[in-house]
Amino acid sequence: MKVVESRLTMTVTYVVLGIGAFIALFPIALLVVNSLKPAAAIVVSPLSPPFPPRWDNFVHAWRDAHFSQTFVNSALLTAMTIVLVCTTGSLTAYVLARRKIKAWQLATFYLMATTTAPIQLFLFPLYFGFAKLGWINSPPAVSLIYTALYSPFAVMLLRTYFLAVPKEVEEAALVDGANHWQVFTRVMLPIVSPGLLTVALIIGLYSWNEFLIATTFLQKADKQTAVIAFNLLSGQYSSDWGEIMAAALIIVLPVVVLFLFMQRRFIEGMAGGSIKG
Amino acid sequence: MATQAETLVTTRARTRRTSDAAPSASRIHLLYLVPTFAINFAIILVPALLTIALAFFSWDGISPPQFVGLDNFVQIFSDGVFWTALTNNVIWTVIFLIVPVAMGLLAASMLLIARKARNFFQVVYFLPVVIATAITARVWQGMIYSPVTGIFGLMHRAGFPVGNPLAGTSTALYGVATVDLWHWWGFLCVIFFAALRQVPAEHIEAARLEGANYGQMLRYVLLPAIRPTITLMMILTVIWSFLVFDFVYILTQGGPAFSSEVLSTLAYRHAFYDLNVGGAAAVALIISCFGLIATFFYVRIQTREEAL
Repeated sequence: MKVVESRLTMTVTYVVLGIGAFIALFPIALLVVNSLKPAAAIVVSPLSPPFPPRWDNFVHAWRDAHFSQTFVNSALLTAMTIVLVCTTGSLTAYVLARRKIKAWQLATFYLMATTTAPIQLFLFPLYFGFAKLGWINSPPAVSLIYTALYSPFAVMLLRTYFLAVPKEVEEAALVDGANHWQVFTRVMLPIVSPGLLTVALIIGLYSWNEFLIATTFLQKADKQTAVIAFNLLSGQYSSDWGEIMAAALIIVLPVVVLFLFMQRRFIEGMAGGSIKG
Repeated sequence: MATQAETLVTTRARTRRTSDAAPSASRIHLLYLVPTFAINFAIILVPALLTIALAFFSWDGISPPQFVGLDNFVQIFSDGVFWTALTNNVIWTVIFLIVPVAMGLLAASMLLIARKARNFFQVVYFLPVVIATAITARVWQGMIYSPVTGIFGLMHRAGFPVGNPLAGTSTALYGVATVDLWHWWGFLCVIFFAALRQVPAEHIEAARLEGANYGQMLRYVLLPAIRPTITLMMILTVIWSFLVFDFVYILTQGGPAFSSEVLSTLAYRHAFYDLNVGGAAAVALIISCFGLIATFFYVRIQTREEAL
């Protein structure tokens, strides 16, 4: 738009956008401010400034939510899921991007449809099946569930990246004597690596934040994820909201920092895949 | 910033040129699909089929299931809580089809004008999307709604007649929905903004030169241009509204007195608290029916877009 906006338009625009920003930031500000206050001060007012800051909240939160254990659990589960989704997803996306026959379209349809299937549709038999196999409290088993849930998204996103690679690139490699596997791993994967990074970020975010599957399948204290430990801390074990907010901040901070550094990837990735967290 | 839609457009142009699928790649490629589909079938398809079967059995999760025909459905339909839950899902759908879509469109159309600060606002609006639902829920519960430690308590002490919305049977559902709205609208805003940026600048300028005001611009230029995106998001909203679980489960467990129960929490309670897995499966099946109708439209629109 090259036409210059009137001063009034600009003012209204910024006021509305500012209100939006306030709505988005206010609860987050409450989280941060109150993580630094003793419980007694929060009861007086959640709006009072955190002076002097009570850093002990973080020590207590770390101890009571068993973060030295649950953080590692979350990190391992997230890493496992990223690796599984990226490897299986890129293989599938590559083939679905290259083959355009009806049967392949059917596969694409099927994957798209599973992104919209309610978890409840398969949760109960899965739970009792896993219980029979002794797979409850098993992070690799949960990682498999995440992989099933998130790979349609990964396939759809990676497929657009593979589609953008000209066929000539592949043909040239084949002429040079590479076999199909080498074409895929040495030629195609490096080209779509930006897509893989986006997928890894989004899948990482979803696995780190996931609640329903984790709370159902990981019940033992030493297998829980950080989010589940936080939920238990805030629901049962503690009414010290300073400590609870400190625990929340510990979980949120790495995610927010990563998001701020890689916002474009996050936003484009999530917008492109369209799944709700 | 090369947006998604831009890449899609170039992608399409290129594929048309290159993908006449010369059968150079062999059947080996079929193997490439095996890992994804094996995991998908084992985790989703087979259990989903079992759920469909289980809906017609009585099962506590341990002893052998017994075939009971339509008994599970008869029981569910005669249970008042089921109808409350279904109504709540419908209310939820209506709220989410209107409020976040309107907020998202309003903010997105204004981002179009605020060129200098748009990136900042976009990031701020998206921030709630990346925060875990469990944490968002607790922040709202403890810091905003709580009559002791929250803003509502502070206002109450200051003399305003506000109570904890999660504690009242007539307000609990809306209290939970507000939290999900906060978590959600920024996502729609960002999506709508990405779509709005694809509207050709000439169209907008032409409308401006003819003296269109903001309302007319929105009504006659911007909204028609991004209608496919809005439709898609609304379909997804319907699907997601019938899946909503986390916020309800964490904030109210469907209470007080089942007033904020939704179908997914009802199914969960049947399976894991009442050990009525057959009943849970029947509810899951009903949820899926609603999802299926919306999914049908979703897949149709998606594939029509792909075929362009």
